[in-house]
Amino acid sequence: MRLAARDVRVVLEGVPVVDGVGFALEEGEWLGLIGPNGAGKTTILRAVGGLVPYSGSIRLQDDEAGGLRRREVARRVAVVPQIPVIPPDASVLEYVVLGRTPHLGYAGSPGPRDVAAARSALARLDGAHLVDRRLGSLSGGERQRAVLARAVAQDASLLLLDEPTSALDVGAQQQVLELVASLRAETGLTVLSAMHDLTHAGQYADRLLLLDGGREQASGTPHQVLTEELILRHFGASVRIVSDAETGIAVVPLRPPVAVEQPVP
Amino acid sequence: MKSAGGLRARFPTRPEPALSGVPFRWALAAGVFVVVAMLLGLALGPVDLGIVGVVREVLSHVPFLGVDSSFSDTEDAILWELRAPRVVLGLLVGAMLASAGAGYQGVFRNPLADPYLLGAAAGAGLGATLVIAYDLGGDGGLDLRPPAAFVGAMLGVALAYLLGRSVGGRQTATLILAGVTVASFLTAVQTFVQQRSAETVQEVYSWILGQLETSGWTDVLIVLPYAIGSAVALLVHRRLLDVLAVGDDEAASLGIPVARVRLLVVAAATLGTAAAVAFSGLIAFVGIIVPHAVRLMAGASYRVVLPLSLAFGAGFLVLMDLVSRTAVAPAQLPIGVVTAFLGAPFFAVVLRTTRTVGP
Repeated sequence: MRLAARDVRVVLEGVPVVDGVGFALEEGEWLGLIGPNGAGKTTILRAVGGLVPYSGSIRLQDDEAGGLRRREVARRVAVVPQIPVIPPDASVLEYVVLGRTPHLGYAGSPGPRDVAAARSALARLDGAHLVDRRLGSLSGGERQRAVLARAVAQDASLLLLDEPTSALDVGAQQQVLELVASLRAETGLTVLSAMHDLTHAGQYADRLLLLDGGREQASGTPHQVLTEELILRHFGASVRIVSDAETGIAVVPLRPPVAVEQPVP
Repeated sequence: MKSAGGLRARFPTRPEPALSGVPFRWALAAGVFVVVAMLLGLALGPVDLGIVGVVREVLSHVPFLGVDSSFSDTEDAILWELRAPRVVLGLLVGAMLASAGAGYQGVFRNPLADPYLLGAAAGAGLGATLVIAYDLGGDGGLDLRPPAAFVGAMLGVALAYLLGRSVGGRQTATLILAGVTVASFLTAVQTFVQQRSAETVQEVYSWILGQLETSGWTDVLIVLPYAIGSAVALLVHRRLLDVLAVGDDEAASLGIPVARVRLLVVAAATLGTAAAVAFSGLIAFVGIIVPHAVRLMAGASYRVVLPLSLAFGAGFLVLMDLVSRTAVAPAQLPIGVVTAFLGAPFFAVVLRTTRTVGP
């Protein structure tokens, strides 16, 4: 689904958290929002998902997001939150079926088609073996897979990912991102993500938008945005950008230069 | 909207049974429990009518069965004019308290929530205390305690809700704090009134401990519409309570109007609670142990918890009422004492023998 944001502003408790940000995503594109803590990444995702009021314009396909009913937004936009609330006693299948909510009537119950959609979503994410497990018994990676499956079952064409891998080990991080990448390749899913890990951001997103202080600081391809200078300026981090055909782009943190030379043996 | 980016079209769909609501064996167990509780409640008392006799008498009213009742006129009157209204009132009160408790627990995602969470008990207590202490309506033979308790309960919750909303924030904690605030205030007023007219302390105290006495079918008919309305509204929201379990934000991102659902569930649960409290006093514990026992044994989904709480709460209260009027006959124990005295050990056993679960 096409997404176009223009001059978006969000004010929370008198503080402008997002201050005139714009971007556009074509169908099937993946845009990564990067920036230091408090840059406004999560707030932009919340505005797109209809969870906070904004001024400016956010168009989902041809409609203004703020003018759509909640249920209509939920049919188009699925959210994977930073820290999902996990009801520990629900089975994975029950949890994934919650993704069908925007397709059910107010008092409706999930029918066979909804259960089938949930099972397919799980199978699609290599989680078919998890269906009967309780959420409370899952590992972090399995749990994130269930959350992703819920978003897939929602059958939306825009996926919002808020730091989807922040609580996972490096293997599980890679798995989750690969799953999103293959979903996108197969179904034309459009992805907007906030990401802390700059290397992952550079490897998975088509384009990056660097935010700081609620404003856009740079945007473009990963090679244009992930520069040593920009990262030093906005994150205060010394890094080396490594890039070759095999690794793709990688951001390697460096220890800041030390005043005293190490003695040479 | 174009669906080119949609995912469902790519999935092979195969026929699939729907996620079941209440499992059949639990529906059966609940049905049997309610029927057994009713038969015991009807048959036992100072005059033992016998379960067989009760069944024959009931069936004799069913046309074309040709069953004859063995009851005398007196027994007939005891069954239909004394016991039956009381048993039916017990069913309604138990069902309302247990389902209201389940509703509150779901909407506040708080395992300790009970039907009185937002000040219903304190409001009802104040209403009834005012009537008792100032002897309102006493001379005309009109019992004003039920309407006063009902109005008090509704006002208490409405105050708490408005206070919570005006403080702002969509946090459930704010609402609970508002409930605590309102309850403390109303309880203070109630205690003051009670102290000023010390001779009525006994009556106030026994009202607060709960009793299930009726003046016949009239009370049942008054409670019935509230019970039906509250139960239907809660059952309509049972799946949405499962969605709320993932938190306000995620529920909103799944398309749920969270604030409206919360208001409707609170309103329905409060209506049921107020109606129950008006005719039964403050029966503690039912609203917490019944939903939790159901949750521990039959599953955590509100699609299971709400209907089963309704049924088991109904049967449970009828049995507790049976104990309260037979244990020390001809005197009666306050039913609130019985529910806690027998309910607590029962719940302890359930807790120990099942796995731990949250709200």
